[in-house]
Amino acid sequence: MAEIVIQNLRKEFGSFTAVQSSSFKIEDGEFFMLLGPSGCGKTTTLRMIAGLELPTAGEIYINGEEVGQKPASKRDIAFVFQMFALYPHMNVRKNISYPLASQGMPRAQIREKVAEVAQILGIEAILDRPVGGLSGGDRQRVALGRAIVRNPACFLMDEPLGALDAEFREHMSHELRALHDRIGATTVYVTHDQLEAMQMGDKIVVMNHGVIEQFGTPQDIYDKPATMFVAEFIGSPHMNFLKFHGSLAAGATTVEMHHQTLGMPALREAFDGDMVYGVRPEHIRLSDSAGYRGEVVATEYLGTTQIVTLQTHNGEVKARIASDQVARVGESVGLDFDPATVTLFDNQSGRAIRSNLNAGVLSHG
Amino acid sequence: MSSYSVTEPSSRQKWIAGCLVIAYALITIMPLLWIISTGFKTQNDAIAYPPEVFFEPTLEGYVNLFTTRTRQTEEFLQANPPATWYDEIVHERGMAIVGPSRFGERFLNSVIIGFGSTFLAVVLGTLAAYAFSRYRIPLKDDLLFFILSTRMMPPIAVAIPIFLMFRSLGLSDTHAGMILLYTGVNLSLSVWLLKGFIDEIPREYEEAALIDGYTRFQAFYKVVLPQAATGIASTAIFCLIFAWNEYAFAVLLTSGNAQTAPPFIPTIIGVTGQDWPAVAAGATIFLVPVMVFTILLRKHLLSGITFGAVRK
Ligand SMILES: Nc1ncnc2c1ncn2[C@@H]1O[C@H](COP(=O)(O)OP(=O)(O)OP(=O)(O)O)[C@@H](O)[C@H]1O
Ligand SMILES: [Mg+2]
Repeated sequence: MAEIVIQNLRKEFGSFTAVQSSSFKIEDGEFFMLLGPSGCGKTTTLRMIAGLELPTAGEIYINGEEVGQKPASKRDIAFVFQMFALYPHMNVRKNISYPLASQGMPRAQIREKVAEVAQILGIEAILDRPVGGLSGGDRQRVALGRAIVRNPACFLMDEPLGALDAEFREHMSHELRALHDRIGATTVYVTHDQLEAMQMGDKIVVMNHGVIEQFGTPQDIYDKPATMFVAEFIGSPHMNFLKFHGSLAAGATTVEMHHQTLGMPALREAFDGDMVYGVRPEHIRLSDSAGYRGEVVATEYLGTTQIVTLQTHNGEVKARIASDQVARVGESVGLDFDPATVTLFDNQSGRAIRSNLNAGVLSHG
Repeated sequence: MSSYSVTEPSSRQKWIAGCLVIAYALITIMPLLWIISTGFKTQNDAIAYPPEVFFEPTLEGYVNLFTTRTRQTEEFLQANPPATWYDEIVHERGMAIVGPSRFGERFLNSVIIGFGSTFLAVVLGTLAAYAFSRYRIPLKDDLLFFILSTRMMPPIAVAIPIFLMFRSLGLSDTHAGMILLYTGVNLSLSVWLLKGFIDEIPREYEEAALIDGYTRFQAFYKVVLPQAATGIASTAIFCLIFAWNEYAFAVLLTSGNAQTAPPFIPTIIGVTGQDWPAVAAGATIFLVPVMVFTILLRKHLLSGITFGAVRK
């Protein structure tokens, strides 16, 4: 069991900064997601927690102990690699028992533990097979077996489902989450797939260019994005951004856009300049009575819902509406935004402007 | 992984390819067969013209290779009847064995120097290649180029300085000196070849082992080495072939104590006759260790290749 605290963690490779001063806290037993686009420094962060990479600056605490300079083997962690990294010259059983052999555990006990783990993962039948011919899913299970056999304080997983095909991924992600719920050990999980992060995680850290953009629960991150990057990266289609210019006082609850008044949660700070009115596609309704208008450019049928793309004076907007509602291309329709869900952003820096909606989230972001 | 041609070659293509391979094999194996058969000929058969393909085999060449003999009078030969089969062969030519030749010694020297330098070149090469592959080393590229540059001229071009160096260091005509020299020459090849192989082994294996509680050296020993078996085996074969066959340095730097077989074999031809069968016998025996070594390691060349444990 482990609580992991990361403080001002930084990693430079020569003149390139892969991770810039990250801080976040992983509670004991949490399923924690490190989410971000390719090359943003997720793997580097995870490798520093594991001890495979030494931080340039900052601290890593596992259960209150600073481990930044400790070797990997002394940190009581298990790592599941993106490509599994099963030892190719050993069979499944040897692969799983390898970490135990290093501790000098007696053979009989190793056999027992391996059998127990194999049973949890349902791989008893392949224990004596070489790893070379295994399917992706079985390799994944063996890699997990090698990790859980030691009862480590925490699991670090680098895109463990990245090598599987889409259908199987779904299945394995449920299996993984169930396994976590059963074992209860802290898990840090790296992914670039926002859906996976939302589905599986208790908490999510969103990274971009080595910087932590937001840290919080999936709901908070989805409903109250701290930056435009987060709003854009999470959700499909992503949040709509209506650009406008104006001056708003603290306490304002409406903005003027193209001669229309649009609602939003009361602001907690004043702002003057270029802004972005952010609203998720599912919080837009098409209604003829609404004053703010757009022209339907395209529709995309998705079964129970459809995505309607509209051209407005403030940019392109996508709305998710019921598929039985009629939207014809070329038609002009009114757009009704759900004011309680709106986030305003500073267009220049991309950060969210504090309001009644997101004040609680931004204070520790 | 590698791509294969989708279309099967036609039987005609296969037939032509097969013929070409057989022709090539025949051309390369002819001299070898010639040497081996000459080893079993009499001296007269060996120089017969036109060359004899069918002849009565004799072990005379092999006996001559391993012994020194003197011509004896009829009386002496009658007073000392041959005690063994090889005595008998010598007797028939009116000679008697006075002692062993130096071939055994020279052959042993070749074994010690050839295998010794191969072992060192492979061990040092593996360690160096691992370091070059995995660690951040200042001036890494320059060092690698420098190592390669020792191969940019034939080693014999530096024969004179090496000769002088060995003389003043007391390494001339010693086993240690020859092992050192051949190791030095082979090391560049070994580092480069092995670096290529080790680069191909994903670091994740070692990192997994490090996390599993093994030390860096254990990870190297238990995870990297088995993966590099193919590379190590092929490197060892190349190194051995060079050290085993090397002639020029051996002539220059060895004479009595540490002389290897290559400079010795031509001297077997003798002062009086033209003992081609003995030379051929020496060459045949000389071939055996490299062949056995290659055949033994061939298994590793094929079985060391593993696919798919890390997905790419
Ligand atoms: N050893 C290294 N030397 C130099 N640069 C490195 C090294 N390791 C990583 N980087 C760089 O650091 C950046 C972050 O890499 P990292 O592997 O952490 O990204 P990631 O978020 O895991 O991306 P991905 O989703 O592609 O795995 C990348 O631009 C990468 O090129
Ligand atoms: Mg990565």
